[in-house]
Amino acid sequence: MSEEKSLPGTYLRERDLQSLPGIVEHRPDVKYLYSAGQAQSMFLRGLKDGRILGVRCMRCGRVYVPPRSYCEYCFAPTGDWVELSGEGEVHTAVVSYISTFRERLEKPEIVAVVKLYAPGYTNKDDEYEFAGMFHKLCGVGEDDVINGRVIGMRVKPRWRPPEERIGSVTDIECFEPVQS
Amino acid sequence: MTRAAIVSAGWYGFKPEVGDLSFREMMFEAALRAYAKVGVDPRKDVDAFISCQEDYWEGIAITDEFAPEPVGGVLRPTLTVTGDLIQCLGQAVMLVRTGYFDLVSIEAHAKPSDILTLKGVMDMALDPIYLRPLSPPNPHFLAGIMASSFLARTGLGREALALVVSKNKNAGLDNPRASHASPVTVGDVISADTVVDPLTRYDIAPFSDAAIVMLVGGEEAARKVTDTPVWIEGIGWATESGTGSLAYHSWDSMPSMKMAVEMAKGMAGLSGRPQSFASFAEVEDRYSFMELLALEEAGVADPIEGFRMLEAGDFDPNGFFPVNPSGGSLAAGVSFEVTGGFRVLEAYERLLALGGDLEPGLERALVVSWRGPPTRTSMSVILGV
Ligand SMILES: [Zn+2]
Repeated sequence: MSEEKSLPGTYLRERDLQSLPGIVEHRPDVKYLYSAGQAQSMFLRGLKDGRILGVRCMRCGRVYVPPRSYCEYCFAPTGDWVELSGEGEVHTAVVSYISTFRERLEKPEIVAVVKLYAPGYTNKDDEYEFAGMFHKLCGVGEDDVINGRVIGMRVKPRWRPPEERIGSVTDIECFEPVQS
Repeated sequence: MTRAAIVSAGWYGFKPEVGDLSFREMMFEAALRAYAKVGVDPRKDVDAFISCQEDYWEGIAITDEFAPEPVGGVLRPTLTVTGDLIQCLGQAVMLVRTGYFDLVSIEAHAKPSDILTLKGVMDMALDPIYLRPLSPPNPHFLAGIMASSFLARTGLGREALALVVSKNKNAGLDNPRASHASPVTVGDVISADTVVDPLTRYDIAPFSDAAIVMLVGGEEAARKVTDTPVWIEGIGWATESGTGSLAYHSWDSMPSMKMAVEMAKGMAGLSGRPQSFASFAEVEDRYSFMELLALEEAGVADPIEGFRMLEAGDFDPNGFFPVNPSGGSLAAGVSFEVTGGFRVLEAYERLLALGGDLEPGLERALVVSWRGPPTRTSMSVILGV
């Protein structure tokens, strides 16, 4: 933990902790290079080009965003690729004021689940799934989230400039309201 | 109580690197093959799904949650086991024998090529208080200690281990899963660079990316979907006092292996040496010396006798009692929790291929596997047709 704290009390320093008998420190050296695979690689390449790509199950019509090589409902390989406009609506959102260690964040963060408009995709009976993305929400205030105004709001991705995109979900800075 | 059988198996990979597929896609490809062979729709016909995996191998915490979808298990009973695919097989046998489950899918996958710091990952399996601070220079050190004490106890020389390597690397040459097969000689093995004394580069099985899915069924369900069930006559597994007490272990033997084989034999109602009831064996060989040790713990032969039989060609693919005719891990690589399952897959396919050519009374195969360093967990399966 950093030594600059605003909460009252006496903070233990790194060194104090280590000198306590009975405490053994280990810093893991664990690094991975994950293979994104066929479907997600295509998705990441799309993001680099400023496009959101999904893939359709030819049996049930579901559109997967982020894409999968298989439909988990039909247990079949997925088929055609579809390009989405990127627009969608906020399904749910939350404001976070604290970090994992419960320190107050300087600027609260808003995260949301965005239900994307997918061409030709009508939700099935099991309403809980849809083409969508988990991302940050910007251009809205904390109050919009707290009082629920944000739910159902039309949003679109705010893309980073092409030269800054690396083929990652962070190529989208956040989702922001569509100005009507 | 119903018998349990392997009714189908699918696999994908067994290559040093499967770069174009994610681990989930590998699982799907293996599952698709296992189900398609017997016309089973996992969304309707499979009663439970079991996945064998370990978070640190994946680099994902609570990786259980990734198990259902690539194998057809979404919104269906799914459970995970932190262990080798053979431990999943044990769970499947138990589920089937309750009578409540007709068909159970088991799965394991490995993508060692995704791990950049294998030593760092394996360090996490060591006791954090007294072993990790020593930071052993490479993860094979435990095998080195075991190999040294095994040679010291048995009086066997370095050549005995090299002979195992040469036999297995050559045996794998016509196995499509044995990506590390190679026509190496005893001389090649001995003259290669030493990794951990007394083991050279060739004595240590390399890694492979792989996925296996198997379908296990009760007798009635098995006969419904296939004419060629392979019966799981016996299965056993055991863990010694565990990784947490490595310092107290006897390093020249593997009691858990002996216990696992005894358990499998007991369940199968078999006694005596495995060569008196089985036609061949697929046994632990991720480090060369382990094959001779596994044969000893399984009761096939004590190490001196085992070495003599090895020299005489008895364990060759066309010998009196073939041991690792697939090429074993030395030829196919180590794929973490897939590794024991690989031996079962090899035994399953070989039993089916031999079919009527199997000698009466010997229509069985013995599988013996270890969960790998630093564990003290072993498993055994006796398959029969
Ligand atoms: Zn579908």
